[in-house]
Amino acid sequence: MEIPYEVSARPDTGLYNAKIGIWLFLASEVMLFGGLFSGYVFLRIGAQPGYWPHGLLNVPVGMLNTLVLIASSVTVVLAWASLKMRQFTQYKIYMAITIACGLLFLIVKLTYEWPAKFHHFGVYIKKEALAKYEPYLGNSYLLAKGLAQRVEITGDLENPEAYNDPAVKEYDIRMDAVNAEPANPESDRPTFWPRPLSEKVAKIDKADVDYASMFFPRHSAYFGAYFLITGLHGLHVLGGLIVFTYFWLPVGADLYKRNPEHLANRIEVAGLFWHFVDLVWIFVFPLFYLL
Amino acid sequence: MEPTHEHSHMPDHDVAHHVNRHVKGYWMVGGLLAFCTGLTVAFSYVNFGSQKANIVVAMILATFKAGCVAAIFMHLKSEKWTIYRFLLITIVFALGLFLLTSLAFQDPIRLN
Repeated sequence: MEIPYEVSARPDTGLYNAKIGIWLFLASEVMLFGGLFSGYVFLRIGAQPGYWPHGLLNVPVGMLNTLVLIASSVTVVLAWASLKMRQFTQYKIYMAITIACGLLFLIVKLTYEWPAKFHHFGVYIKKEALAKYEPYLGNSYLLAKGLAQRVEITGDLENPEAYNDPAVKEYDIRMDAVNAEPANPESDRPTFWPRPLSEKVAKIDKADVDYASMFFPRHSAYFGAYFLITGLHGLHVLGGLIVFTYFWLPVGADLYKRNPEHLANRIEVAGLFWHFVDLVWIFVFPLFYLL
Repeated sequence: MEPTHEHSHMPDHDVAHHVNRHVKGYWMVGGLLAFCTGLTVAFSYVNFGSQKANIVVAMILATFKAGCVAAIFMHLKSEKWTIYRFLLITIVFALGLFLLTSLAFQDPIRLN
């Protein structure tokens, strides 16, 4: 039995069923990501000066991933166009490139970006102890320039046992450049190329610390939102890849042999989902990496 | 029942011609999006006077890019009215969601 309007358009709407379905689904996705972005903006505006992290993400890598997603959006629409023109070999090539781009995006995210965060460490200094750590915070310099104060010292934790052992009274942090040279004008604003970790090690008394954490979601509202939104986005990329791979395998060729227009419609629907995933990233990139 | 003429492996010449005309445009939009990404990054290191101004500039560019993706890649430029109706309702609800969030800033209770 054939399902009506699976390939051809319904006379009243002018659309085939799957297209209606995907747009309704995308409408629900707008509300999902809209709610998360809305929460992010709320948290950010409500953050006290100096307590919203800046420059902790790798901009060139984020930019590379943005370009990779844009390239995949082009190739997926070209894969669909190839099917409409009945060029199956072209479709396979463009779809293979799309899948490769999606995989590259996930590999960069999961094997480089996220693990780099999990190895990084930060301590928020108590207000009454800020003066003691002035050589690492440079707040008098920032105040003179009218910039927001710094309250966090970040870098690599040299004595990892300090993280969980209450008997260890100090954190030894090999500092990021921003804390190693807090009065250097280069530290005023985040830079495009990440500055290398300094050789300087700061000894931070645990009694002076308000809160300490690796760059996990619990580190701050910023990282909580970052991991939630990029994680959810990553799951969407994975979902898209599974669908694309399914139609790239012989299943797609069989469907093409039976009815090429049916495969073109399936790719159009999957492509609409993929473009939406790209569209979400277009907002994620500036909000988390640049601003 | 599905019409049988759609099972053809020969392209419908009108459709193929119509799609083929757009292929160059897809490449150009891709290039434009990549250029705008570079512009967004470059502008983020320019001081527009305040953090708010920088956010506005970045969001204008992001909205333009999103508009290109929606209009060209998702074919919203020439879509059926049913889809536009879905999207209009979605926009109304999404704006309502943002309004609810912004109302939190009108809360007169101050904790600190």
